[in-house]
Amino acid sequence: MKILVCISNVPDTTTRVKFTEGNRNLDSTGVQWVINPWDELSLTRALELKDNASNGISSVTVAHVGPASSEPTIRKALAIGADDAVRVNCDASDSYSVALQLAEVVKEGGYDIVMCGIESSDHNGSSVGGMIAGLLDVPLVSAVSSLDLRGGEPLISREMDGGREIVTTSLPMVAVVQKGIAKEPRIAAMRGIMMARSKPVKVVEPVDTAALTEVIEYEIPAPRAACRFIDPENAAELIFLLQNEAKII
Amino acid sequence: MSLLVYTENWNGKFKKLSLELVSYASGVGEIMNSDVIALTIGPVEEDELMRLAEYGASRIIVAEHDALKEYDTLTYASVITQLAEKEGSDVIVLANNNQGKGVAPVIAARLAAGLAAGVTGLPVSVDPFRIDKRAYSGNAMARLEIKTAVRILTLAQNSYDLKSNRRDAVIEKYQPVIENSPAIKIEDVQRQEGKLLLTDAEIVVSGGRGMKSPDNWVHIEELASLLGGATACSRPVSDEGWRPHGEHTGQTGKVIAPNLYIAAGISGATQHIAGVSSSKYIVAINSDKDAPIFEVAQYGIVGDALKVLPALVAAVKAAKND
Repeated sequence: MKILVCISNVPDTTTRVKFTEGNRNLDSTGVQWVINPWDELSLTRALELKDNASNGISSVTVAHVGPASSEPTIRKALAIGADDAVRVNCDASDSYSVALQLAEVVKEGGYDIVMCGIESSDHNGSSVGGMIAGLLDVPLVSAVSSLDLRGGEPLISREMDGGREIVTTSLPMVAVVQKGIAKEPRIAAMRGIMMARSKPVKVVEPVDTAALTEVIEYEIPAPRAACRFIDPENAAELIFLLQNEAKII
Repeated sequence: MSLLVYTENWNGKFKKLSLELVSYASGVGEIMNSDVIALTIGPVEEDELMRLAEYGASRIIVAEHDALKEYDTLTYASVITQLAEKEGSDVIVLANNNQGKGVAPVIAARLAAGLAAGVTGLPVSVDPFRIDKRAYSGNAMARLEIKTAVRILTLAQNSYDLKSNRRDAVIEKYQPVIENSPAIKIEDVQRQEGKLLLTDAEIVVSGGRGMKSPDNWVHIEELASLLGGATACSRPVSDEGWRPHGEHTGQTGKVIAPNLYIAAGISGATQHIAGVSSSKYIVAINSDKDAPIFEVAQYGIVGDALKVLPALVAAVKAAKND
């Protein structure tokens, strides 16, 4: 069984974002690039599944759509433990075109389980995984908070409003994962970092596609009005303000 | 042209979210001069369906089919796609919740339609179609242009105020064509009965490491219950196992937008703020006056949450007795 983990390259989540060129592009000065947090957790879970030999997983591959400059993020995924990587050599312009490129990778590689994070922390699109399933017409389970294998069949918890369901489906499938899929992201050990250098990264050229959406500009929300401090000895004043000034309780 | 809004129901009942969606769709419909068709996957009683007419749905369609009894993402997406094609809908509105996030991208892929996820307001222009959405996990807004003739929007919860817009709606039954049997087989369902959902709550009281011990959550729970709200926590608290993971609010947990978010003993790491910054009001209680949570709060109390919370509980009780 082969697992494909789709990874996106995002600014470290503590970055205070700024924009350039008429607020059209991220100002990448000083930005630390990392694997999107949910993708890192899905990679961790894929490796945990592979660690258990009885699951019979032959490889965990990471796929990424992006230019050569995102190679360090791919190497990081290899250092964490992915066996190999595929990079589609183009800019990630919008979620549909990224999904289209990744769907090609899935078709070519014949993966059984495709894992995608619920969203990337930059575009918050919540779309790529679902689009891959829609394009390939393969089973999709979204809001996945745990993924196991039971005799070669995926056993999944998915979050529902007000509860969760334990479900199963046939392979190949796409799992869109979220909180709970793995406890902590796996960290690369020195040996992993050394080995990552020699692991194969296959670079493929993109298929023809056009973006369906485009960001025209970004805006940083206006800071909220300064905090109004209330004397800790006078909690009643806060309740009064919430009732009479904010009118929300 | 028409505008299709998919309104999920929960065991035949709608929630405020469903009404927000219809109200939002009717706002978009006004700009685009389109009628609003509301679709739900049934069964739902007529009285309940008519609630959607209060907020602007002029046709209410109930899809029913044996294959729709359980939520199968691809099947549900097919039903919505089919109806959108049949009605020539050029805008499809869904919720940016678990189910909406599941089906919207599948519909987008099938129709090769541009998707704007997590929109918080009406389009800023229709030709070209431009709309603002959350980006960089709440640290920025992106103005997105959708270039396709069909546009798919998912609306962030609690971001659009209900506006009454009564229509004499007609209810129609719809039997979709379902070619493939559902791919997902459900083995077990674990429901939390009767508990107010964090994502539905208008008031949320949340605790962080400053609460010092899981036993101290009695204060959080008491204040939440007095205010009719839900409880939440920061990531370190759920990682420690003090509180269930479902309560973790933040970038990698739940993203919420209540009217009031009370953060007790939470310093306010960027990742936490990302999950709560859309709250209308934030109250911060923290012993460190320089804690970043105060930068996003409208009201703050510098003090020990374990002393301030009981005082707030007493103050709410006193205010209620007035």
